[in-house]
Amino acid sequence: MLRLEGITKTYGTFTALDNVSLDVPDGVVFGLLGPNGAGKTSLIRIITRIAMRDSGTVQFAGHPMIDADVLRIGYLPEERGLYKKMKVGEQALYLAQLKGMPKGEARTRLRAWFERWDMAGWWNKKVEELSKGMAQKVQFITTVLHGPKLLILDEPFSGFDPINADLVRTEILRLRDEGTTVMLSTHNMGSVEELCDHIALIDKSHKVLDGRLRDIQKAYGTSIYRVTFDGQLIAFTHALWTGAELLDHTMHEDRIEARVRLMDGTSVNDLLAAVMPHVRIHGVREEVPTMHEVFIRAVGGDTPLEGSKGLTE
Amino acid sequence: MNKIGLIILREFLSRVRKRSFLIMTLLGPILIAGGITLVIYLGMSSQKDHLVLVVDKAHLFTDKLKGTEKVHFVYQADDISDSAFKAGPFTELVDANEAILENNTIQIFYKELPGLSVQRTIQSEMERVLEREKLRVNHVDPEIYAQIKTALNIQLFDIDNTGKESLEQEKAGIGFFFGYLIFIFIFMYGVQVMRGVMEEKQNRIVEVLISSVKPFQLMMGKIVGIALVGLTQFLLWIVLSTTLISAGSALLLKDKFDPKELAGTPMTGQMQQRMADQAAAMPASDDVKLLRALGDINITATVAMFIFYFLAGYLLYSSLFAAVGSAVDSETDTQQFMFPVTIPMILAIFIAQMAVTNPSSPMVFWGSIIPFTSPVVMMVRVAMGNAFTSPMDLLLSMSLLIATFVLTTWLAGRIYRTGILMYGKKVSWKELGKWVFYKG
Repeated sequence: MLRLEGITKTYGTFTALDNVSLDVPDGVVFGLLGPNGAGKTSLIRIITRIAMRDSGTVQFAGHPMIDADVLRIGYLPEERGLYKKMKVGEQALYLAQLKGMPKGEARTRLRAWFERWDMAGWWNKKVEELSKGMAQKVQFITTVLHGPKLLILDEPFSGFDPINADLVRTEILRLRDEGTTVMLSTHNMGSVEELCDHIALIDKSHKVLDGRLRDIQKAYGTSIYRVTFDGQLIAFTHALWTGAELLDHTMHEDRIEARVRLMDGTSVNDLLAAVMPHVRIHGVREEVPTMHEVFIRAVGGDTPLEGSKGLTE
Repeated sequence: MNKIGLIILREFLSRVRKRSFLIMTLLGPILIAGGITLVIYLGMSSQKDHLVLVVDKAHLFTDKLKGTEKVHFVYQADDISDSAFKAGPFTELVDANEAILENNTIQIFYKELPGLSVQRTIQSEMERVLEREKLRVNHVDPEIYAQIKTALNIQLFDIDNTGKESLEQEKAGIGFFFGYLIFIFIFMYGVQVMRGVMEEKQNRIVEVLISSVKPFQLMMGKIVGIALVGLTQFLLWIVLSTTLISAGSALLLKDKFDPKELAGTPMTGQMQQRMADQAAAMPASDDVKLLRALGDINITATVAMFIFYFLAGYLLYSSLFAAVGSAVDSETDTQQFMFPVTIPMILAIFIAQMAVTNPSSPMVFWGSIIPFTSPVVMMVRVAMGNAFTSPMDLLLSMSLLIATFVLTTWLAGRIYRTGILMYGKKVSWKELGKWVFYKG
């Protein structure tokens, strides 16, 4: 859908983006992550052609991006708002027309959205009469109304209560299933795990991570397994060998949970084969790092490989 | 519809539909017409009655001075003490000394300073009586004196245009009025542009908008939309004001002012001959001269120039106002940038004022050429017609103005583009300069 290559952007002496390349596949939810000030907004503004890149190329749907492609993008900026004195319906129509939609079609689609989100009575209300959450709903609709191929959402859940946040979440997944590519920039790692298929992480104007969410979590995996069993801890410990190391354990009423790190070349099967004769296994579960952990480690300068090493000490 | 059209339409409609626009449109002419009518009314009626005590030591005036509705004369031959005057009902005390026929002097003592019209009444009445007395003393026939007494009319003629009496001063005054209108409009609507830009920035809608349209389109759409609001309001004002003023003056002046009567003012035969071909011409007061000057001005050209200088001047200044609005976060931050934008405009008004009294000074010439002052100053020269007799000046002024507004609009566009996305930063002049040279 979108391919960025070697994007660099400077403001005076400040470098906002340094040689960033990204590949956003078709029909996925793509998480764009990074600490504040890392360059996410600059990158988004380059994609939406609000800012111009200093160098690099942007490919949109297979061709070098041109101004007209902006109409096939829906952009919900982090700093967003509406004209306070303008009526909701009129304002949504205006924004849709600016995106190139004919007025009649925009009206029909808006009515449908208002119907679906129980907003039928809002059409003639002024924006200043709406609550923040209500205004956010209007704002989300105006972003997706023209059926963009690429949807860029910057902190889309801020200002929403949990019910409406779920509404938006469902809508994002529905749009993805209908073929829209969604670029999601957020600090809410929970939503990233829940929604994103791919992620990229930008820190200090560089891209530090990029790939499928599962692959990244795996790469940051610590090869730690939680084994719950029934029997003697000492028997369990004796069964371990150099390929597996007991980190710690927790005693429960009727069973023990042990955290075991498997060294390179050791599989879960090997572990089970070693301990099964000595204790009764209840279950084995891999400890998958949360995106929260991945984020902190990646921004802290931890690469996946160093990650495993660092913890062997 | 293309995007800039949509933006213009929204800017226009959102303002025209506001209640404040309706109120301003109705109230403006009412205030103007009301103000003018009030001035006329106050001019006609002195506020209160004056009881003037004439101490007639020369025994010349007693019972000979004609009072008016508001001014009444009372006479006594002997001096009155200050305290008696203060305690008495009199508002003014006129001391006519014994030697008044020689020294031609009176002294007026007052409790409250009498207005000019009261002073004139006293003066003209006493002059009349004194002249009569002097005629009698010198055995001059009053009728002969009336023939001798001369009120000299001055008529000015431009050597290149001897067919018509010159009305430069009056025309310059009319030109100043047009210039002043331009000044007011540029300010009123320039500030509206600035507010509009700030509103979009404070609302945080601006980034949503510029993901669909170019910042320059957004800025120009706003500027043009507001210009249309200004023109609409201006047009409505003209229509409403003329209606109201003519209605008001017809009501107030129906018995005092009759154009036919004025046209019938007696003229000497010679004068009548000279002016026979000029229907509107008559030797008369300043007001009438003003009317004649208005008739003498090349109206079509002046209105065309007015529209040109209004639009070009507005484009120049409103783009600067837009840049200021984009660079700041709140109204209070605007002042450091407003100052340099305002100064040339104030200067323009000063120079235009100077042009009325001294149209050929170099200051006025340069003021009418330099683009930041020319919209106001050149209007004076246009109305006087001297802009048309030296078309090179006019051409230079117009092309410089166009070139400058293209330049300022470009500059403003570059500042605007960066400024609208800049939050929570106190912006300096140096910073603005940097923005102009940012890439893309």
